Amino acid sequence: MSEEQKTGRRAFIAASVGAAGFVALAPGVKLMDLAQARAPGESVSGKVRWGMLIDTTKCATGCSDCVAACATENAIEPGSGRPAQSSQWIRKIELKEKTGGHRELSLPMMCQHCANPPCVDVCPTGASFKRADGIVLVDRHICIGCRYCMMACPYQARSFVHEPLHHQNPEVPRGQGCVEACTFCVQRIDRGQGPACVEACGKSGHEAMLFGDLNDPGGEIAKRISTVASSQVRADLRLDPGVRYQGI
Amino acid sequence: MLRHAGLAFAAFVAFIVFALPAVALAGVPKPVIDIANPGQCIASPEVMRRTHMDMLLHQRDKTMHEGQRGGKVDLNGCIDCHASKSNGSVLGSNQNFCQSCHAYAAVKIDCFECHQPKPGKARIAGIKP
Ligand code: SF4
Ligand code: SF4
Repeated sequence: MSEEQKTGRRAFIAASVGAAGFVALAPGVKLMDLAQARAPGESVSGKVRWGMLIDTTKCATGCSDCVAACATENAIEPGSGRPAQSSQWIRKIELKEKTGGHRELSLPMMCQHCANPPCVDVCPTGASFKRADGIVLVDRHICIGCRYCMMACPYQARSFVHEPLHHQNPEVPRGQGCVEACTFCVQRIDRGQGPACVEACGKSGHEAMLFGDLNDPGGEIAKRISTVASSQVRADLRLDPGVRYQGI
Repeated sequence: MLRHAGLAFAAFVAFIVFALPAVALAGVPKPVIDIANPGQCIASPEVMRRTHMDMLLHQRDKTMHEGQRGGKVDLNGCIDCHASKSNGSVLGSNQNFCQSCHAYAAVKIDCFECHQPKPGKARIAGIKP
């Protein structure tokens, strides 16, 4: 199998269908049951790969409920007077087609939790790493703030914290001198919940974001990815992102 | 002359042995600790004083890399009990739990460059560090 096939979307779908034997879930078992089933003291499992499917046809132009929910959950505050330096874990992007019907669409962009993450490749300290369940994180205990990973990320998903912070969520340690990005709300996932942005998008009534285990063939997200056309942003880079988009 | 030097030396040794520790003890006050929720810790004070840093170092990798949370060792658990009544934090003055001992032992404390030194409830109540 060539490298391209290995990392391509087809291969990914084949792999997730092939995983049926390992993830022996009864039909109807919900996505989050796997996470909830993890006992205290049990490590995350490589059988799970968390991912997201964003339906851009449902994402509403002008709505930023996902961004606001992220800021609340992860206690992200604007930097003092320098918006360009503020941390940004998720942002809204508005697109307009130049030709034809000038179709407009909007979508949230965040760390794509790549299966082959360049941020991890370039990190000189090992601070950038991929957890067994596919979540890409920065270990702030190890990060030296060199920002190589920010350069390497094709999605501009990472931010550097320039100023001392005081109002962190006790579950989300963050601090000056380290690089950070979307964690899929790892603190919520570890107690069996989904990311805050996905919850907020559902509450807003748009339901444009679907979160779940890409490896679970019976799960909603794997079913949707196997039946509707979805795309990876910059699929040409073959990073196999965990976040997929529908309707772009 | 030599005898006088010997006496002087003996006096000097006696000063070092008896007087200096007294000066040191008087000069550096023992930590005064104010704990909001005293109760049963996860281990005895002797064990905690010597090994809390090793416990936290071990747990930090388990939590960060393997997603293990809510176990016996939990920095947020420490803070929930040990934050002071006065400002709801483990830091702030030499009466606050973490800061008091670290100031006494002259060991820099890095945890709270990133970790929140107040329990969740105090943060929500908006008490400034
Ligand atoms: S989107 Fe960027 S930060 Fe996230 S895993 Fe991929 S390269 Fe790393
Ligand atoms: S900024 Fe931190 S996480 Fe990023 S490459 Fe440097 S050491 Fe690694």
